[in-house]
Formats: sequence, structure tokens, C-alpha cells
Amino acid sequence: MPSSEAAVANQTHDNPALLHHFASAEQQKNAASFGMWLFLATEIMFFGGMFCAYLIYRYWYFGDFGAASKTLDIRLGTINTAVLICSSFTVAMAVRSAQTGKRKAIAVFLLLTIVLGLVFLGIKGVEYKAKFEEHHVPGQADFHLAGSVPLHPDLPVNQAHAQMYFSLYFAMTGMHALHMVIGVGLFSFLTYEAWNGRYSPSYYTPIENGGLYWHFVDIIWIYLFPLFYLIERHR
Amino acid sequence: MATAAVGELGERENYLNREYGIKSWLLTVDHKRIALLYLAGITFFFFIGGFFALLIRLELMTPAGDLVQADTYNKLFTMHGQVMIFFFLIPAVPAVLGNFLIPMMIGAKDLAFPHINLLSWYLYILGGTLMLYTILAGGVDTGWTFYTPLSTEFLKTQVITAALAVFVAGFSSILTGLNFIVTIHRMRCPGMTWDRLPLFVWAHYATSLIQVLGTPVLAIAIVLVALERLLHLGVFNPAMGGDPLLFQHLFWFYSHPAVYIMILPGMGIISEIVCCFSRKRIFGYTAMALAVLGIAVVGFLVWAHHMFVAGISIYAALVFSILSYFVAVPSAIKVFNWTATLYKGSITYQTPMLYAFGFIGLFTIGGLTGLFLACLGIDVHVTDTYFVVAHFHYIMVGGMVMAYLGGMHFWWPKISGRMYPEGWGRLAALIVFLGFNLTFFPQFILGYMGMPRRYWDYSKAPEFQILNVLSTAGATILAVGYLLPMTYFLWSMRYGEPAPDNPWNAAGLEWMTSSPPPTYNFDEEPVVTWEAYNYDEIKEEVPVAQ
Amino acid sequence: MSEHISSVKLYVGIWLALLLCTGLTVFASFQDLGPFNAVAALAIATFKASLVVLFFMHVKYASEKMTKLTIVTAIFFFLILITLSLADYLTRLWT
Repeated sequence: MPSSEAAVANQTHDNPALLHHFASAEQQKNAASFGMWLFLATEIMFFGGMFCAYLIYRYWYFGDFGAASKTLDIRLGTINTAVLICSSFTVAMAVRSAQTGKRKAIAVFLLLTIVLGLVFLGIKGVEYKAKFEEHHVPGQADFHLAGSVPLHPDLPVNQAHAQMYFSLYFAMTGMHALHMVIGVGLFSFLTYEAWNGRYSPSYYTPIENGGLYWHFVDIIWIYLFPLFYLIERHR
Repeated sequence: MATAAVGELGERENYLNREYGIKSWLLTVDHKRIALLYLAGITFFFFIGGFFALLIRLELMTPAGDLVQADTYNKLFTMHGQVMIFFFLIPAVPAVLGNFLIPMMIGAKDLAFPHINLLSWYLYILGGTLMLYTILAGGVDTGWTFYTPLSTEFLKTQVITAALAVFVAGFSSILTGLNFIVTIHRMRCPGMTWDRLPLFVWAHYATSLIQVLGTPVLAIAIVLVALERLLHLGVFNPAMGGDPLLFQHLFWFYSHPAVYIMILPGMGIISEIVCCFSRKRIFGYTAMALAVLGIAVVGFLVWAHHMFVAGISIYAALVFSILSYFVAVPSAIKVFNWTATLYKGSITYQTPMLYAFGFIGLFTIGGLTGLFLACLGIDVHVTDTYFVVAHFHYIMVGGMVMAYLGGMHFWWPKISGRMYPEGWGRLAALIVFLGFNLTFFPQFILGYMGMPRRYWDYSKAPEFQILNVLSTAGATILAVGYLLPMTYFLWSMRYGEPAPDNPWNAAGLEWMTSSPPPTYNFDEEPVVTWEAYNYDEIKEEVPVAQ
Repeated sequence: MSEHISSVKLYVGIWLALLLCTGLTVFASFQDLGPFNAVAALAIATFKASLVVLFFMHVKYASEKMTKLTIVTAIFFFLILITLSLADYLTRLWT
């Protein structure tokens, strides 16, 4: 059992990863985990500010949001959601491999995660490029969203409110993509360390905390997807 | 630092004389050394912000706008606010005294994440450098609040670098708070249960909660401002259907609780000092601990009282007005319990205690005038006048800076291993108290008479001059009061009497180790078997000062 | 130590459930549910997020007691932000 190995490491204080100011590896691991969750709490509040803005403007400009939402590519959006879910699965498997001490498996699953993350970013790039080509970028002189409000086919889209939708779209998916980029960087480092055998069943905190970060970014997308891609699709 | 003199005396190894050289400071992960790094940083920014304050007061000595132009004046009060709030008040007590004392008070060797602690300091310095760049590159004139659409659509000044500076400093603040929370949960020594924690630690726990939960919302608000300027996104832009008031909501969601980031650690200090110098257990320990948590939580429910005249819904304004009154309950518990602690205490009037008395009185005035501002009707009358300026300076300068100075005097023997000169200390405390009141009390009257804040010229109302001259005179006295402690603290590092381990015969783990403490704080891990503030078990009085 | 090691079978199950829910939410968005389109979208998203938090992030088995409290606290303060902001936006007499 890995836990008994860890217990031995506790008692003998021979764990090289144990820092001087902790009494035991367990105390250190719990502190690191708690710290990571607190960091994720700050991330909830960070994205929370934008979700709050989204909620208010969607409530105000629901029709224009619906019209703007339909210009997003639902096929690419769904694929990207699936890609991120797969990456969360590979992360979970990487942590499991660390728990069971399989060095190569850790590296392989981490690499798979990075690849999936890059695929996500690539698809996101394609979508962004399309928005630039369709003149759907807010604050630009040539911004134009054709069409009408879904519920009222004779009511043309309000250009100002459509720009608000795309402002939120770029701000929120952009901030999410930035987190993905940071995640890819982080995981590249973890892969390197894992390949060099830095992690064992008694010490894999960086992989676990990196995994928590990745899952969190995934959860943000789980909300962004319906909120941006799936408004008024049925009309 | 004092290390050379310490070495000559042949004292034992401590955190100051263990290693020498620039590298041993800049790469240290010792929370005590990082606290001193912060001390250097915040002192520097205190004088930068103080310099701007001095220019503001000089301009207002005469009714005409004769010393600086309007644009310059706008920059002066903006940068005074941003420097003082983000680079002095918010980090002052937590990052200096909190950093130094929390691990010792709970019997730990260090904070839970020493490297992140050092990272926080570097982020603080990076943010500070950006702020200095902002100042040198022409300044910023948004007001410290960055209100949209002024900050996004109209100004040509250094808004983005200022926003970035605040963002980075905010990150530093988040990491400090995160570190404290984990430390207080996970690093307490055997026997140090939650109900034995010093109230200083409780106050920092509440502060950290605000830092962790509030700061990210400020961060996203100013990131969106920067994105509006850089990429023309329009989340707050009325031209795209945006609501500038949303920025104010997000901004004050953090910035009102941020007021409690500034005052709660001060309350922690006062609890320690009042108990020590009246030789009594704190009155109502549990109520005091719950009160700081209560202030932290209720503080999140009141933010829109900054926006009563901005055009928010009148019904929401009523709700926020009522909720704002609730902050008075835990605040009053604090003040009444300090007073009750003094009752029948054996009180001595050393410098820290003088500052504590100053704090209790001035905080009460600041807090009560806060109730005026929570009241919807009166707030409409005095919004954006000097009444508001006087109110929050009574909390932040009269409260927080008093507490900070009191704490610095109280723990200076522990930090430096030297005593400060008690006579000079009492004199400085008196000067600060008088100078402060002369500066800010006239501003209450000015504001109630209708003098608006942020005006550089009041030549249409020359009757305001006499009170403004009094205020400026007070500011000069206050400046002397601040320079004095800095001078004798520096002096004492070389020439002060060597401090005993427990110069006040105070309770608390930090006094049970040597002065200055060894690198890992305690030679043996302490085991606590007593309640906090067990002054009834300590027979010695506070030694009488020369 | 917190060592609860979940089986590969469980992870695969969660993975498939998440993919299934993604399909479900896209399907639901094309149905006219009246005001319940948004409710369905958010309910499915929250269900998916819960699966990730409980199983992939090991919160269901966490030995660290503070984990759950931290999540609840963050969500609670996020709700304060939303509720009190909406208290303003929903009761304004002007638009």
C-alpha cells in the first residue's frame, strides 16, 4: 500500500521533499492541498466578477445575446467541450498513475493532456479568426451583426448590445484561454519532472495541485459553453 | 541592521546575525526577514504618499489654486490614494507585523509556504515599481477608484500601468492572505487550540479571508478597465449598452471590505496592547474573536453605500443602508470590550498604550461618523465632501496608523533586540495624536459646511480658509510625529539598550523566545497549556521605564 | 495521507457521463422549453461541474476537511456578489 510507504517516510523523516518547518509529510501535503483550494476560491471570485457582468447584461439584452450567440460555431464549441472533458480524464489518470507509482504512465497522461489542451487552443484560435473575418469584434469601426432578434423576427439586432455580447465573449473565453496557456506551461514542467522520476506515491503534490488547477479551468468552460453557445438555439 | 552591534555583545545566534550580506536578505525565506523587507518597502511608500499629501495640504492653504494646476492636483490626490492604500495601508500590518508574529504566536517555525511568502514580497516590489513608473511617467488622475467611463474613455494619463501596479500588488496581497489562512489552520503547535489563539491572530485570519475572497473581484474589474482601454472591449462602456455603475459595484465589492483589511489587523494589535498594559485578560474573548469574523463577513454586504448618489436603485440603497448599520454591532463590541478590559486594570502608560488609547478614541469617532454616512439621507448631503475625507482618515490614519505605530513600539524589542527611547516614544505619540486631530477634525466641519473633496480651488468660498489652514498646520505637526519614531527606531538599532526577552512581562508565545528570535523561532517546539492573556497568572508588572 | 485511489472503471464512467451530458445540453438547447432552456443549461452544467469536483478532484474522498468548506465559502461569497448586485439591477426605476 502506498499509504504505508508514506507512513514510513513520515516516521523516519527521510523524505527529501519534506520541508524543515513541517512536522510530517502529511501536514505538508494537507497544507499544500488546502492552499491550492484557497487559490481556486480566489479564481472563483475572479471569474465570478465576469459571470456577474454576464448575468446582468444577458438579463438586459437577452434578444440581442440570442442573435449573437447563433453566430458562434456550435460544432466547434461542442468538439472543444469534449476535448476539454477528455483532457480532464487524462489528468485524473495522471494523478492516479502518480498514486500507484507508474512513472511512464504519469508522463504519457500528462503529455496527452498537453496535446488536448493545445487542440483546444487551436480550435479556439480558428473560432476567433472567424469572428475577426465576420466583423464580430467589438469596438471596431466595421463591427456589424446582421439579422434580427430570435423572438421578434422583424426587430433588427441592436449593434451596441451585440457588441456587449462579444465584449463578454472575448473577455471571458480569452481569460479562460489564458488560464489554458498557463496550464499547458505548468504541465510541460510537470511532465519533465515526472519523466525524471521526481514523483512517487509518497510525494506527488505538484501533480495533484496541477490537476486541481486543470480541472478548475475545465469547470469554467463547462459553464462558458452553454452560456455563450446555447442561447436561443431552438428559435 | 543591528547585526554588527549584536555580534560585539557576544549574543547568541538569532535571525539577524545568522547570515550577512545582500543575498541572505533578498533570497531569504525566513518570515521574520521577509517582514523586515516589507517594512523597508512600506516605509518608502508611506513617505511617497505622505509627500503627495503634503502638497495637497499646501495647495489648500489658500483659496486660490495657486501652487499647482488643476490637472496636477487631480494627479496628486489620485496617487496619494493609490500609494497609501495599495502600497502602505493594505500591506502595512499584515505583511510586516503579521508576517513577523503569526508563526511565533502560534508556535510554528515559519509560515506554511515560505517561498510563496518571498514571492509575495517580490510581487509587492514589482507592483511598487510599476507605481513608481506611473508616477515618473506623468502620473494618473482617475482618482484612486479608477471610475469608468472617466478611466476608460477620457483620460490620456498612465491608467494602464497604474491598473497593472494595483493588479500585481493585489496578487501579492492574495498570496499573503492565503499563506496566513493555511498557516493558522495547519501550523499551530500542540495545545494551541482555536480558543487559545491571540486576538491578533484571529484578526489576521479575518483579514486574510477578505484578501482571498475580495481581491480577485478588484483584479477582474481593473483588468476589464485595462481591456477597454487596450482592446476597446466595452463591458462598462455606455456606447455598447454597458453600465459604468457595474464597475463601481465590482470595485466596491472589494474596496469596501478592503477598509476592513486595513482596520482589522489594527484591532488585533490593540487587543494585545490593552491586555498587556492593564495586566488583565481580555474581556469577552469569544465575542472579540467572533466580532472580527463578523466585521469581515458583514463587510461584504454593505458595498453600495459608496454609490448612494451614483444612481443605483433606491430600494437597493435602502437595503445597503440598513446592512451598513449592522457593521456597527461587532465594531461596538470591540470598543466596549477594550474599555471593559481597562476597567479595574493595573494600567501603565508606556508608548504602545498611548497609541492604543489614541486608537480607541479616534476609531470611535471614525466609526460613529461612519454611521452618519450609512444613513441614506445624511449621506446624500455629505457625499463627496470633506466630511467623508475626515471620516475615513479617522479610521485609516487615526485607527490603522496609530495601531501600526503602537504595534511597532510594542514589538520593536522583539524585532530588533533593542529598546526604543521611552521618553521620545511618549513625546512622539502625543505629537501624532495632536497633529492628527488638528489635521482632520476641521475637515469634518468643512465637509458639513459643504466643502467638496478633490477641489484644488475654493476661491468662491474663502470662508473655508481658516479651517483649511488649521488642517495644514496639523499636517505639519503630524509629519514631525511620523519622522520622530523613524529616527529613533533607526538610532536604537545601534545605540538602544539591549532588550530582554520579555520587556513588558507580556503573555503570548512570541515573548517566550529570545529577542531577537532564533531563525526557527523556538529552540524547542512549545506546548501550550494555558489560555490566551493569562495575566492573572503573571505576577510581574510592566517594568517602569526610565 | 488522503490516499483513496479511485478505480480506472470509475474514471472512465465519469468521463463518459460528462460526454453524455455535453450531448444532452446541446440537444436540450434545440428544444423549446420556454423559460426552462436556461434552467436546463445551468442545471446540466452544474451537474457536470459536480462530477468533476467530486470524483476527478477527489473531494468526495478528501481527508482534508477544509476542502469542502473552502468551496462552499467561495460559492457563498460569489452568490453574495450576484444577489446584492441584482438587488440594484432588478429594482431600478429607470433603465
